[in-house]
Formats: sequence, structure tokens, C-alpha cells
Amino acid sequence: MNTGTIVWSVRRELWENRSIYLAPLIVAGVIALASVGAVRHNLQPDKLASHDELVAGVLMGTTLLVAIFYCLDALYGERRDRSILFWKSMPVSDWTAVLSKMAVPMIVLPVVTFVLTIVTQLIMLLAASAYLSMHGRSAAALWQLPWLQMTSGMLYHLITVHSLYYAPIFGWLLLVSAWAKRIPFLWAFLPLAAIGVIEKIVFNTTTFVSMLGSRISGGMEGSGAKGGMMMLWPSQPFEFLTRPGLWIGLALAAICVAGAVRLRRYRDPI
Amino acid sequence: MAVIEAQGIRKTFGTTVALDGVDLRIEEGRIVGMIGPNGAGKTTALNAILGLTPYDGQLTVLGRDPWTARAELMRDVAYIADVAVLPRWIRVAQLLDYAGGVHPRFDRAKADAFLARTAIRSNAKVRELSKGMVTQLHLALAMAVDARLLVLDEPTIGLDILYRKRFYDSLLNDYFDQGRTILVTTHQVDEIQDVLTDFVFINRGRITFGSSMEQFESRYLEVVVRPDRIAEARALRPIHERQGLGRSILLVDLQDGGADRQQLAALGEVRKPGIADLFVAMMEAQGTTP
Repeated sequence: MNTGTIVWSVRRELWENRSIYLAPLIVAGVIALASVGAVRHNLQPDKLASHDELVAGVLMGTTLLVAIFYCLDALYGERRDRSILFWKSMPVSDWTAVLSKMAVPMIVLPVVTFVLTIVTQLIMLLAASAYLSMHGRSAAALWQLPWLQMTSGMLYHLITVHSLYYAPIFGWLLLVSAWAKRIPFLWAFLPLAAIGVIEKIVFNTTTFVSMLGSRISGGMEGSGAKGGMMMLWPSQPFEFLTRPGLWIGLALAAICVAGAVRLRRYRDPI
Repeated sequence: MAVIEAQGIRKTFGTTVALDGVDLRIEEGRIVGMIGPNGAGKTTALNAILGLTPYDGQLTVLGRDPWTARAELMRDVAYIADVAVLPRWIRVAQLLDYAGGVHPRFDRAKADAFLARTAIRSNAKVRELSKGMVTQLHLALAMAVDARLLVLDEPTIGLDILYRKRFYDSLLNDYFDQGRTILVTTHQVDEIQDVLTDFVFINRGRITFGSSMEQFESRYLEVVVRPDRIAEARALRPIHERQGLGRSILLVDLQDGGADRQQLAALGEVRKPGIADLFVAMMEAQGTTP
């Protein structure tokens, strides 16, 4: 496995799945346009800050959806259209192929989210500043918001939650994508729903469902994230690293990826 | 060193035996045709050779175990599958960029030169190309790889006669040399007979016969016999007989049949037989007409 092969493999994922950058780009574009049109709602620092957070949240939601659909198709589509036979005729190992697919939700999408969020927030800030100065008022208060803290808080949130904490979700989806002969979407979600329902009927508990919920919410409940995700940094930067949930999740992700590699090796085109 | 060395390769899918002990040895610099009916195990054998499927038995390709070292092996092997496998969403230029990026032996200039002689535009997507163009594109990719083994599984299936002829012309003139080996399967046996140096028959998951073209041509002869001489001809124990234009066409094994070339020439016109005829004769002898 060498870096060049990984880079080309990730690049080819972007060629095939243009929604990786187009979907968040369109969402960011719409928000930016709207924020220019409705600039009057962004003139107070606290309003602007809360809208900035909203933008980050919407873009994170968008890229999470993109990640889910990307992962479900990543190892299924290539078997369905038999192009896996072409990819396998290249000197690229199954590990390289699967890891470069895992890199899309874990690295590429967080980077896309980060860049687009900052650009959109900057457009909102500039639009509001321009409006204020055109009306002879000072925009200084807007620029005195804790931008560095907000931006690094978002980066921290993207790395910890969207990349590391969600890793087992992406791993599971890739595993199902490598395994399913039909409708990977159903195979990914029905077993989870079934476990939840069976647990409720047999034990009358909801441990599994709340585990899933905690995973999707990023394990934020009870961690004192009252000030919003952007205010996390740098209050407790290492608290996250000591959580067992993080490491159990990463171990699960590693198992899923190893399983997906093995399946990609064995499975025939559909 | 043999390029492909297989001993007792077995592969089953559930209760179906796809490969039932394949023994195969292919030397460097040969063009070998693998001929057999549908379901004989051709594609499964190629998949084992390419590291696409696990198997039981001993198999080395270019000194490597294809199942455990597929990625390394693919530096030296080029492969065109029996179906269109190029991703339909990709642009021609992207495909060449990618191959150049991941393949250490891919020569972009060679691929460009080959494509320049076709109607394929570099900004076209694969899905916009005709079937023949997709095959040309894949061939351009395969030939731009400085591979030691080229594996072709029904490469010209579904192509019209013009493309098929061009395909084999390019293969022989632009690609093949003594350092390379080509393994090809096809249904259009007659079309590649002149291209091959060797051939093997595969049936029911076994290699049933193998020969070089020289051996084949010196061992087997076809004689066209008029009805009045047919009894005499049949006494020479032909291995196969078919009818054509009021004559009987007999395929004779000079090695096992006891006849010689002069005896046959006295009976009628003697000519070079087709591999396909030998294949049919052998299948019928085994009672397994495809």
C-alpha cells in the first residue's frame, strides 16, 4: 500500500460520487444566498453567532446523509455494475480500496463540511458588516465574536464526533454494502430495528436503542455541552479521548472494515 | 519458468463442481486458447488465475499465488473480462489518469497513441461509447500496461466482424512479443485459430486435451471423400465424420489411426482441420456434445 495509490483511489471516489461535494456545496450556496437576502436578521452578534451554529449544524447533517448513502453504495455498486472486475485488475489491494472508501466519510466529508461552513459563515459576516456600514453603523461588535474559538470548536466537533465517534456507523454501512446482494439500505437498518424491538419485547428495556441514540448524538448528553458544540473547545479537549465509548466504537469500526475487506475479496459480482 | 502452473485445481459452488482438478502449464511467449462449452469452467479457471476466486490445489502465476498476492500480481498481468466491466460513469481521460496513477507499468503515451487511431474522445464517458468502442478502450488500457501475461475472456463477444478482426490484428502487431504470454477464451474458435500457438480443451471442469498448433497440424488431417470411396476411408478409423456438399469430411488422427498422409491423399482432398472440428469430435466421443 502506498500513498499515491490511496490518493488516486480517493480521487476516483470523488469522480464517481460528486454528491460528496456537490450536495453540501448546493446547501451552503442556498444558505449564503438567503443570508445575503435576509441580512437584517444577522446584525446582532448573538443572532449571527446562533445562525453560524445553525449553518454548521445543517451542513453537518447534510454531509452525514451523504456519508450514509455513500457508504451503503460504496462496495455494493461496484459489484452490481461488475466494475469491481476492472478495479481488481489494477494493482490495488482490497485493503487500499476499502480504506480509501472509509476515508471519504472520515476525512473527506469532515474537511468539506469545515471549509464550506467557514466560507458560508464568512459570507454571512461580510454581508452583515457591509449592510451595517452602508447604514452608517459599526460592525465592530460582529468581528469581536470569538471566531477562533467557534472555528476550532467546530473543527474539534468534526474530528471527534463526525469522524471518530461515527466511525463504527460508517464501518457497519460499508460492511453491509460489501455483503448485501440486494437493497443494502434495508440490510443496514432492519437488523438494528429488529434488535431494538426484540429487546423491548423480551426484556422490556431499551438499552440498544439508547446506545444507538447516544452514538448518533455524538455522546454529547451529560457532557456539559450546554453552550453549543462550538463552545466545547478547549474546555475539555482530552475528556473525549478517555471515553470507553470512543474506543469500543473504533474497535467495532476496525472489525467492520476488516470484514468488508474480506468480503470484497471473496464476493463475486452480483 | 512457466508463466502459469496449475496442479489439481478444484473449485465448487455448493454442490456444483466448477473445476474438477485442472492441470495446466503455460510457457512464456505463447498465445494459448482455452476452448470449451458454456459451463465448462473457463471463466472460473481464469478467475482462479487472476486471484478473483479462492480454490483448492496448487497454482502459481508468474511465481506468485494469485489468491494471496492479487494486487502484486496485477502489476504484471492485464485482463479483459467477458463482459463490459469498465465503470460506466467514468470519463476516458479519468480512466487513463487513474491507471497511470495506480499502475507502475502503465504507459500513458502508448494508450493515447492507440486511442488516437479510434473515434474515442478523451472527454467522453464510458456510458456514451458503443460496445465496440468500450472494447477498444479496454484493449488500449490493457496494451498500455507492460504486462507479462494478458488474459482475455471472450474479448470480442458481441462485437461485429470488423472490430473482431481489428482486435486480433492490434493484439498481434502492436502487443505480442516473445516476452509476453496471452491466454484467451472464445467461442469463435475459427477466428483465432491462426493467432494461437497452443490450445487446450476444457470440459466439465477438466483440461481434456492440450497441444501446440504445430503438433496439432502434423497429427490431424481432414480428408474430403466422395461417396464411392467412403468405405475405404472409414477403414482408416477416422475420429469424426461430417457431411458437406455431397462429400464426407473425415477427421483422421495420424498418430493413433495408423493411416499416413499418402493413403489419405489417394482418397480425396487433404486439408488442414479446424480446432473446432477436433473439439466437436472429442466431445462427441465422450458423449458430451455441447
